[in-house]
Amino acid sequence: MADEKKFAGYICTGCGIGERLDAGQLETIATRDGKMQSCKQHEMLCSQEGVKMIRDDIANEGVTHIMIAACSRRAKVEAFNFTDVAMSRANLREGVIWVRPDSDENRETTQEMADDYIRMAAAEVKFMIQPSGSREQELNKQILVVGGGITGMTAALESAAAGYPVHIVEKNAALGGHAAGYYKSIPTRSPYADPQDTGVKQMIADIEANDGITVHLNSMVAKTEGAPGRFNVEIATESGSSQSVSFGAIIQATGFKLYDPSALPQYAYDKSADIVTNEELEGLVMQAGGGPVKRPSDGKEVKSVAFVQNVGQNSTEENQLPYHSGIGDMIAIKQAMYFKELNGDCDTTILFDNLRTPGAAGEDFYRAGQQKMITFSKGAVTEVVPGSTLEVKFKDLILNDDATMQCDLVVLDVGMMPNTGPDPYAQLAVEEAEDEAEKEKARALLENAPPSILNLDYRQGTDLPHLKYGFTDSHFICFPYETRRTGIYAAGPTRRPMDMRQAADDAAGAAMKAIQAAENAGKGRAAHPRSGDLSFPSFRKEGCTQCKRCTVECPFGAINEDEKSYPMFNEARCRRCGTCMGACPVRVISFENYSVDTVGQQIKNVEVPEEWDEKPRILVLACENDAYPALDQAAMNGVEITQWARVIPIRCLGSISLSWVTDSLNNGYDGIVLMGCQKGDDYQCHFVKGSEMGLERMSKVGDTLQTLNLEPERVASYEVAITDIQRAPKLINDMAETVEKIGMSPFKF
Amino acid sequence: MTELNTAMVEQYRNSFLQEVEANVEEGEWVKMCMQCGVCAGSCPLGNAWEHPPQEIFMMIRAGKREAVLSSDSMWMCTSCYNCIARCPRGLPITHIMHGLAHYAQRLGLVPKNQPTQKFAQKFWQNLNKKGRVNELKLGLSLYFMNGFGEGVKTSLKMKDIGLGMLKTKRMAVNEAFGGHGVKDLSGFQKIMKKAHELEDARIQKSGN
Amino acid sequence: MAKKEYSFYPGCSSQQGASSSNMQKSVETMCEELDVKINQIPDWNCCAASIGYGGGGELPRLTLSARNIALSEQHNTGQDIVATCAACWLATREAAERFHEDDGLMAETNQALAEAGLKLRNETPIRHMVEVLIEDIGYETIGGKVQRPLEGLKIAGYVGCQTNRPFGIAGESFENPMYLDKLVETLGADPVQNYDKKVQCCGGALAFSEPEKSQDMIKTIIESAYDSSADLIVTPCPVCQMNVEIYQDQINQRHNTKFKMPVVYYSQLMDVAFGRSAKDSALDQQVIKAGKLEEIANK
Ligand code: SF4
Ligand code: SF4
Ligand code: SF4
Ligand code: SF4
Ligand code: SF4
Repeated sequence: MADEKKFAGYICTGCGIGERLDAGQLETIATRDGKMQSCKQHEMLCSQEGVKMIRDDIANEGVTHIMIAACSRRAKVEAFNFTDVAMSRANLREGVIWVRPDSDENRETTQEMADDYIRMAAAEVKFMIQPSGSREQELNKQILVVGGGITGMTAALESAAAGYPVHIVEKNAALGGHAAGYYKSIPTRSPYADPQDTGVKQMIADIEANDGITVHLNSMVAKTEGAPGRFNVEIATESGSSQSVSFGAIIQATGFKLYDPSALPQYAYDKSADIVTNEELEGLVMQAGGGPVKRPSDGKEVKSVAFVQNVGQNSTEENQLPYHSGIGDMIAIKQAMYFKELNGDCDTTILFDNLRTPGAAGEDFYRAGQQKMITFSKGAVTEVVPGSTLEVKFKDLILNDDATMQCDLVVLDVGMMPNTGPDPYAQLAVEEAEDEAEKEKARALLENAPPSILNLDYRQGTDLPHLKYGFTDSHFICFPYETRRTGIYAAGPTRRPMDMRQAADDAAGAAMKAIQAAENAGKGRAAHPRSGDLSFPSFRKEGCTQCKRCTVECPFGAINEDEKSYPMFNEARCRRCGTCMGACPVRVISFENYSVDTVGQQIKNVEVPEEWDEKPRILVLACENDAYPALDQAAMNGVEITQWARVIPIRCLGSISLSWVTDSLNNGYDGIVLMGCQKGDDYQCHFVKGSEMGLERMSKVGDTLQTLNLEPERVASYEVAITDIQRAPKLINDMAETVEKIGMSPFKF
Repeated sequence: MTELNTAMVEQYRNSFLQEVEANVEEGEWVKMCMQCGVCAGSCPLGNAWEHPPQEIFMMIRAGKREAVLSSDSMWMCTSCYNCIARCPRGLPITHIMHGLAHYAQRLGLVPKNQPTQKFAQKFWQNLNKKGRVNELKLGLSLYFMNGFGEGVKTSLKMKDIGLGMLKTKRMAVNEAFGGHGVKDLSGFQKIMKKAHELEDARIQKSGN
Repeated sequence: MAKKEYSFYPGCSSQQGASSSNMQKSVETMCEELDVKINQIPDWNCCAASIGYGGGGELPRLTLSARNIALSEQHNTGQDIVATCAACWLATREAAERFHEDDGLMAETNQALAEAGLKLRNETPIRHMVEVLIEDIGYETIGGKVQRPLEGLKIAGYVGCQTNRPFGIAGESFENPMYLDKLVETLGADPVQNYDKKVQCCGGALAFSEPEKSQDMIKTIIESAYDSSADLIVTPCPVCQMNVEIYQDQINQRHNTKFKMPVVYYSQLMDVAFGRSAKDSALDQQVIKAGKLEEIANK
């Protein structure tokens, strides 16, 4: 890129912009106030001709920075895709003419809005550099899969098939996981009528025959350091030997363990060998070797069996699982069919509270069970009485009476619990604790924590962060495999309870994501959600006060600390959310194309009229992932937004710098509206914790307002969803009303 | 037919469901009910039933033979087919209700003086006599089904209705003495006799 | 229009001097007007309706219908069987379907029929008169025949149970079938929109044995028509027609109401609209006079 900067502005007069606005005046603003060295108009800038005009200027005139004043930055991205220059976009269409009525009395304020957006875009581009990408790592195609059950084996086979070599680390002496001990599995093919072969043997054989897959049995991950593209992993075997291998990406497929029903005395699990869990039943059936299933206590052939569903699950009581695993009823149907197949005329009763057989396949399987004369009874089991014949007491929920049934064997449907490492934030809490007492408390929380799985050498703890109940954090719907550690993907029951088929699907998905991550890292680009972004955060070491805010707040644990507690950015681990930038009290963190200045200068360059003009200014900082698109969508639907609003898209509410707020208040803005995504367990934030961090930071803005002697209502933060097409504009318009009520800011100079 | 009843109890000691499958019209569907309760909620006479269809099916599966067969619930069915139209599992509920009612009658387990059972029986006899139903005779015999005194009272209550029908020629007094019928009565009766024999034999066999 | 021919199954209540002889009369008039020929199944017998289950078991009951179908196949060969009574149509069609599904039953019923030298082939479609009107004749043709549009009449279209379930008319929903309303419109009258008892059961089969229960249901059917200011109720079903019409006095006594809601057949509406007299339309056989309809008929 040429050393000399050359700024050019382009104003589109298409889409009604030319009719609604004085383009000549916009041009004057761009060159006079915005200091663009040149400025051209075009009647349809996104046309081939318009784009060619810009390209020619870049090629022939040495233009390095362009300001495009046309539609929203979310429109026409393919047309305006200039990878060799820095670019800003003034949103005259969705941001101005579409949200303002076309009438004489509004003409002046509409033009003022447009003028400001030109000033803002010009100011923004001046502080931007076209990013050239991180050069931190090279392409490493090797994928590590932790766990060798159905999920891990599928992930390995899928990755290897795509041409990415895999190492599987399995802590047991054989591959296969739980499923290796199952007689059969829930059917995955039409007509979904009979249990089918688990396929485990075949998978193991395929893995053994695959040159692209290396298996480490009796092994653990002793240490993981680095970042996508350059993970260095120490694989240790039980015997004490260890080796170091580097990987491009990691898939954690560590599966599940089962709830222990001993905690619930009513089921007498400990009192009789003939009361077994659903997993233990698989063992009994395997032992039977294709003959009739015998009961453990005396080897008698089972003639009647009761399946007690939903044991210790979906409960608010202590020591029980607050969630339901969702597949226990399908398992019970499958296992009842074992008895129909192997034990001849055996009575099989499933005592359920709510039968969960999701999907068309589930419904077909349920019907198949009924066809096979499995008895389904809606009943809540109150007690299992041990004895040579077991007695199951239950409340019949349809007939509303107390009933008892006798049987030879009782099978308890126990739930799945994730195999995850300790919660890294619990670990962090120990370190962050202010005093010894608090530290003790934090330590106590970790007391029963499981051993680490990944042993990450990260500032923010050894393992993947949890969401709820110990399952790994990932967005359930939008990005299921993305954990909060970039380049490390979770799949299978470690993520949520699921059956074998779902686990295999999950594994394939995670494998694809891992491959992408390795490739992106090789190119120095961001992974999800700013996939392809070449910018990355850098910091001015001289200014840093070693306050640790950035290393603690980064939602993705991307920043380590060196011995002197200076942050060490791992570019490939970074998602480019900007939370660290917003967190830094001394404002030394920035991206080449997004910084405290690129936004701060936009704020400063809005023209704030004198108090007596009675033209308030409302600053809106809107998350570019949800709130800003919602506003664009509102504009498309012709929803009005107050003429006093000036909207700036930001990467994430987490990137918000307190200085933007104080500066704008000092500059005489009358109101500020902040819009981020929903936070909490059911978050919608693309950066998981970004909006939570931002909102938390903004909760302290009250102090600033107090010192300035301003009304607290002048700053409002909201959680806004992409669907809030009516609400988002209303929140801005509400602020206009508030300002009207409490009056203009006295800080206009 | 308590003898048959005893035979059936002997034969299906373990499973009332199997007994129903073998002997009740469309009984093989009972196991397919998923207990959603849509039928119970759709039945216009729902309130009048001691055990709505959903419950009947559950009771069959729970082996409550006595309670089901001596219940008057299935006799409450007006054959509106609401349940059939709505059952997500496609159970022919109406037919099963009819089938259960008939089976109970066959085994002699219907509660005494169940009015619908009596009506159904009279209707059947009436139609078998001549091959067609004689509304007036059927009506009269109904009013008197609970004895002569009751009958006079009921007919008095219904007198205006009868008069209205007579006046509009939608009831004919001469029906009481003869009236409509099929011409080939002997052929008709032979057919029916055979059909009964075949069905009785089938069920008799199942009880052994 | 070429004359259409059907094998007709009238059913017991349509016989002379029986409860729905008025329907029979009006249907005959209607068929005349539409150039439809209906050939009675010779020596037909009762179908046992829905209440026959008590005495007759499965096979005897179904065999009743088997005999009718066999007679039709023998004498009215190649003609679709058409019934006007919902219960007759349902019982016959149900029997035909059951024989299709169950070979054992089919064999047994033929064994029984053989006693009188009959044989069931079970190849005949069993249809309802309304199906004939909608599918074979069509609203357009019907509309074209209207000479006296039933202007100013507000009519609640009461479809009831068995015309509607489980078979119903193709293309219509169980919960809100629209054909009766469309027919009312075609005849120039004003259908009650969203008549919410349109498919409510009238308790037909229990009218005798459980009169209170069935009359409670009838009350809601009439009440809802009153509330939507209907002048009369129209229905395709003889059981519905009779039950809803003739028990109104008893309901009035029991509930202190003043219902006097005429209930007519679709065929009666058509006859009047086609320009026929009140007598041809069997309006003289109403227990509750359909005043406004008669006015139009006498115009
Ligand atoms: S889409 Fe955008 S660039 Fe294209 S004409 Fe419209 S405003 Fe201009
Ligand atoms: S806070 Fe965001 S931008 Fe900063 S290092 Fe972490 S992921 Fe990257
Ligand atoms: S937040 Fe800023 S000052 Fe604090 S450690 Fe990070 S870079 Fe340094
Ligand atoms: S609607 Fe059908 S499935 Fe549901 S309870 Fe009734 S019979 Fe069972
Ligand atoms: S057909 Fe019988 S059981 Fe079914 S809803 Fe109607 S009255 Fe109830």
